[in-house]
Amino acid sequence: MSSNDTAVRFERATASIGGRTIWSDLSLTAERGEFVAVLGPNGAGKSTLINAILGLQPLSAGTAAVLGLRPGAAKARIGYLPQRHSFDSSIRVRGIDLVRLGLDGARWGFPLPGLPRRAAESKRIDEVLELVGATAYARRPVGELSGGEQQRLLIAQALVRRPEVLLLDEPLDSLDLPNQAAVASLVRTICREEHVAVLLVAHDINPILSYLDRVVYLAAGSAIEGTPEEVISSATLSRLYGAPIEVLRASDGRLVVVGQPEAPFVHGHRHDHA
Amino acid sequence: MTMLDAAIFQGLTWNLVDDARQLVSYPFMVNALEAGTIAAVMAGTTGWFMVLRRQTFAGHPMSMIAFPGAAAASLAGLPIALGYFGFCGLGALALAGIAGSRQSLSGESAAIGSLQALALGLGFLFVSLYHGVLNGLGSLLFGTFLGITHEQVIVLLAVASVAVALMALMARPLLFASIDSDVARAAGVPVGLLGTGFLLTLGLAVAATSQITGALLVFALLVMPAATAHQLTARPFLGIALSVAIALAVTWIGLALAYFSIYPVGFYVTSVAFALYVLVRIARTPALTTAPA
Repeated sequence: MSSNDTAVRFERATASIGGRTIWSDLSLTAERGEFVAVLGPNGAGKSTLINAILGLQPLSAGTAAVLGLRPGAAKARIGYLPQRHSFDSSIRVRGIDLVRLGLDGARWGFPLPGLPRRAAESKRIDEVLELVGATAYARRPVGELSGGEQQRLLIAQALVRRPEVLLLDEPLDSLDLPNQAAVASLVRTICREEHVAVLLVAHDINPILSYLDRVVYLAAGSAIEGTPEEVISSATLSRLYGAPIEVLRASDGRLVVVGQPEAPFVHGHRHDHA
Repeated sequence: MTMLDAAIFQGLTWNLVDDARQLVSYPFMVNALEAGTIAAVMAGTTGWFMVLRRQTFAGHPMSMIAFPGAAAASLAGLPIALGYFGFCGLGALALAGIAGSRQSLSGESAAIGSLQALALGLGFLFVSLYHGVLNGLGSLLFGTFLGITHEQVIVLLAVASVAVALMALMARPLLFASIDSDVARAAGVPVGLLGTGFLLTLGLAVAATSQITGALLVFALLVMPAATAHQLTARPFLGIALSVAIALAVTWIGLALAYFSIYPVGFYVTSVAFALYVLVRIARTPALTTAPA
């Protein structure tokens, strides 16, 4: 692909918060139309990476470019879905109103019906609702919808301004496994159809594995980037952690990472994790 | 029934046209209707956002603050409206300060509760200092429609114009910030500034409404029409319009009933608003599973 299509490029980047290095020597390239997962244990700096792309977290070393500009300079061309909890059931605002706020929510005043711009906006809203498969429930109050339905509406809201980069921070967290796979499949469709680079922060690679183009794996203060096959392997992860890690492939194709400490800063006692 | 009617509703002919004509034939009643109308428009608009933001308990101490404001103004010989607006404005700033200090939720409610107790205590002190000549303790707390002057209506109209213009300006970003503050902040919406701006506007609305319903019954106009509108529709701007319409209806009916009867206006406004809210809740309960518009 041409360099015009490079949406996010980090070279040998280091991020520190309060003198503590979160990760260093991170290199990553995401092209438009690519689906990239950001993986790693808790506290490895996944959200810090998202903040660095948004320009909210300065780098202490290395370089970064987002859509060819310094991070933060192309804010209007980035769609961002923060890590979140679901909506309170008492919120009586329709899904379609939520999506519309993605277009005009930062505009002062109140909407006047009948403006030509509004008709064009309504068309775009219908289009993204169709794309995420939310048309059927878009006119119900968001508080009454399931976690998966809310997540699709939030993705539609982030998409409605036609961003060139879409940053999704743990959008699958509150979903059950079938819904995680369904949303991951939807995200890949979005990458291809809207020609947008998607960086999705995830906890578990398995439900999304078959939809990914690339993986950035953050752990132990460092990072490795590549295709899922390259990165999720015993040799690569052992090198990253500096400790023996074994990647097993279950009969159903699921990957199981064994020997991975939960956080880069290992405590004195052992945790049991399934 | 007619015996009871005669005792409670005096002068009511049951001919609605005649009764309405009778209502507007007295200047004090015209003033009351005008003031009520202005207060209802403000209360309906700001109340809708207050219910959405679940800031009902920010509205409550503000109405408590209205009471010492009014009492202090009478004590100092100043126009009561000045006391209402001045104290509610200060109260809004204090509440914004409490909300902005990012305390835990329990710390915040404790701070709000303290503010409220202080306000009530101060109000009672001012009323006592006035040596009981202030015949209006009841009306300061529970409202009156008697004695609203044309000048008061003009002041109210000016304040309401500012408040409603502010709400119109803030409407969309405030809606965004209220539903989803994280995403709104990421989209460049000044979430903190809007929060303070909203509390100040709410302070204006509380001060205005207090003069009709009294400090303790502000909630009738501020919460109940808005809560009813939230039950009726999930469309934001239709909801605001409905909230205003219900607040207007409740105020007009309340004033009319109070005029013809021996009981105070606050009681009627509260009862009518509450009856509407209960009716809508009951009507909506079995319909929860069907898709509302």
